[in-house]
Amino acid sequence: MAQLKYALYTGCTARESTPELLMSTMAVAKKLGIELVLLDEASCCGASHLQDFDDFLSLVLNARNICYAEKQDLDMVTICNTCQLNTVMTKERLDSDEDLKSQVNEKLAEVGLEYKGTSSVRHFLYAIIDDFGLDRLSEMVEKPLNDFNIAAFYGCHNIRPSHIHHKHNSKIIEEDVGEGGGEEAFSTEPLMAKYNDGEDPYNPTSLDRLIEALQGKSVDYESKNKCCGFHADLQAPKTANRLTGTALLDAIDNNADMMVTPCPLCHLNMDVKQHAVAKEMGRDIALPVLHLPQLVGLALGIDPKELGLQHNVAEVNFV
Amino acid sequence: MQTERETKKLIFKTFRFNAETDFLPYFKTYELEVGKDELVLDILNRIKWEMDGSFSYRRSCRHGICGSCSIKVNGKAVLSCKQNVWELVDTFKTDTLLLEPLSKKRVVKDMIIDKKDFWSKHKKLKPWLEAEIDEHPAEEIRVSPEEAEDLLEADYCIQCGNCYYSCPVVEVNEEYFGPAQFAKVYRFNADVRDTAKEDRLKTVRKMGPGIWDCVKCYECAEACPKDVDPIGKITKLHNQLFEEGLAEDNVATRHAVGFKHSIKKHGLLDEGELVRYSEGNIGVMKHLPEAIAMFKKGKIVMPWNMPKSKKLDEIKTLIKSSSKVKF
Repeated sequence: MAQLKYALYTGCTARESTPELLMSTMAVAKKLGIELVLLDEASCCGASHLQDFDDFLSLVLNARNICYAEKQDLDMVTICNTCQLNTVMTKERLDSDEDLKSQVNEKLAEVGLEYKGTSSVRHFLYAIIDDFGLDRLSEMVEKPLNDFNIAAFYGCHNIRPSHIHHKHNSKIIEEDVGEGGGEEAFSTEPLMAKYNDGEDPYNPTSLDRLIEALQGKSVDYESKNKCCGFHADLQAPKTANRLTGTALLDAIDNNADMMVTPCPLCHLNMDVKQHAVAKEMGRDIALPVLHLPQLVGLALGIDPKELGLQHNVAEVNFV
Repeated sequence: MQTERETKKLIFKTFRFNAETDFLPYFKTYELEVGKDELVLDILNRIKWEMDGSFSYRRSCRHGICGSCSIKVNGKAVLSCKQNVWELVDTFKTDTLLLEPLSKKRVVKDMIIDKKDFWSKHKKLKPWLEAEIDEHPAEEIRVSPEEAEDLLEADYCIQCGNCYYSCPVVEVNEEYFGPAQFAKVYRFNADVRDTAKEDRLKTVRKMGPGIWDCVKCYECAEACPKDVDPIGKITKLHNQLFEEGLAEDNVATRHAVGFKHSIKKHGLLDEGELVRYSEGNIGVMKHLPEAIAMFKKGKIVMPWNMPKSKKLDEIKTLIKSSSKVKF
């Protein structure tokens, strides 16, 4: 199998408030033999907030980020759900609207760039599952997680809106792309079952399957596909704290020893804010929350220091 | 000659509660053979007609247009008359389906809920066309196909409530208007004949009930059986506030605008500065306990160490040439 190589769009959080995410991503990639080329030219994706203010500007900036992956002829991977969604939403709009694409390219031409639409954009989680493969991963496990109940917290922007993720955030199986008609059109099997290993926003399974591949026990709880409220943290802190708290307590009440998430924004709410959230909910909360590559890294036997566990606020007390 | 019909044996757990007589809700379970063409509404009918006449739910058109028959199945809001049952079995990988009302705390009887909050919130937002229309016009008011397209299919809403009762903000903030309501605001604001755009924007810009309290979870877009994409319309309303000069100077608007300032300076987002800019010098103090906890764990980047994107000059050039909105 050829070596996997991607352009890594880190997003802002991994360079600032969650340094452990970037550390653990690089450590895991190295261990798995995946080459990640850092896109140091990339800017912030706007995180949906710049989009509220100046939609066109956000399109131009996101298109520029993708250009740098295209220039190296690499597919892009992201390590933040919100980066993933905002980048593929840009891609989807430009790829489906020639007029808009030329307006954006007119601007990009000022700095000598052109958006072509040749690089795919996917979250690292799906690159591990679809490209590297869970079977291969499970063979490499050195420290099985079999003593732990692990609550998968998916994060909205990797699973909703599902039509966009089924199209972009997954390996598309060629034969499904054709025109409608034939027997396919009358089948009651939903088409999306063939993408993304059937990741359904109402019953996502990717993270749970990953946990099982690392020999951990995935916790069955209702809040796994719910919202942490991060995007309203500043303007509606009570709402955000209640959503974060509901999910944390749901995980705790279902005997979770820890939580894992592929999104650093979810992580900020779940990890850093436990004290404030506990106050809002009127209950004690102490739950270790790991980033996806931190969990993978522990199972692969990588040194906890290299995974940045010392940066987690809720103490990771089992290593 | 009769060919054998392929069926699956499924178990339906139905939520039962009569607000007038019951102290607590309970569940009744039914086992049915279900064919691959059957819809959730078929199941509701079979339970009522063949097994338990007291089972109550709303239904009317059976064509996905009246919006009456929505319920939740295993937590997923569905329009009963459009939702295939086998598809749900495939989604949830189970032969046991839980049939519940859209919102358990609003139940009148079984699947029937009281939607008065849904309707009263609509009413506050002028969900109608406000226009000065001559009673005896010489000619019709023309709306071009392009202008009609600007509604972005917001007029397809059938007010089934799927988005509203899937919205996590509605659950924790009683005054929040809700996704269907905002989609309706967009529908009339985008209508070239309408004159009440400013009024509506002034209502939805309020902190608490308004659009800034959206958590951007996309539950509404996922739940809508008509692809109205309510969150897409909420984003359009945010844009309208800035375009019309009606955005107030508050933590939410500064938060949106702050991204641009930060990207211009660093390419990346300066997280600490964004919080300070959004909250103001005094408001930012309430984040101090978390900031200290983060600092201790090496999660705060000092201003002098703030990372910058390579080729920042390109980003600056693009911000200058591509910005379309002022604040």
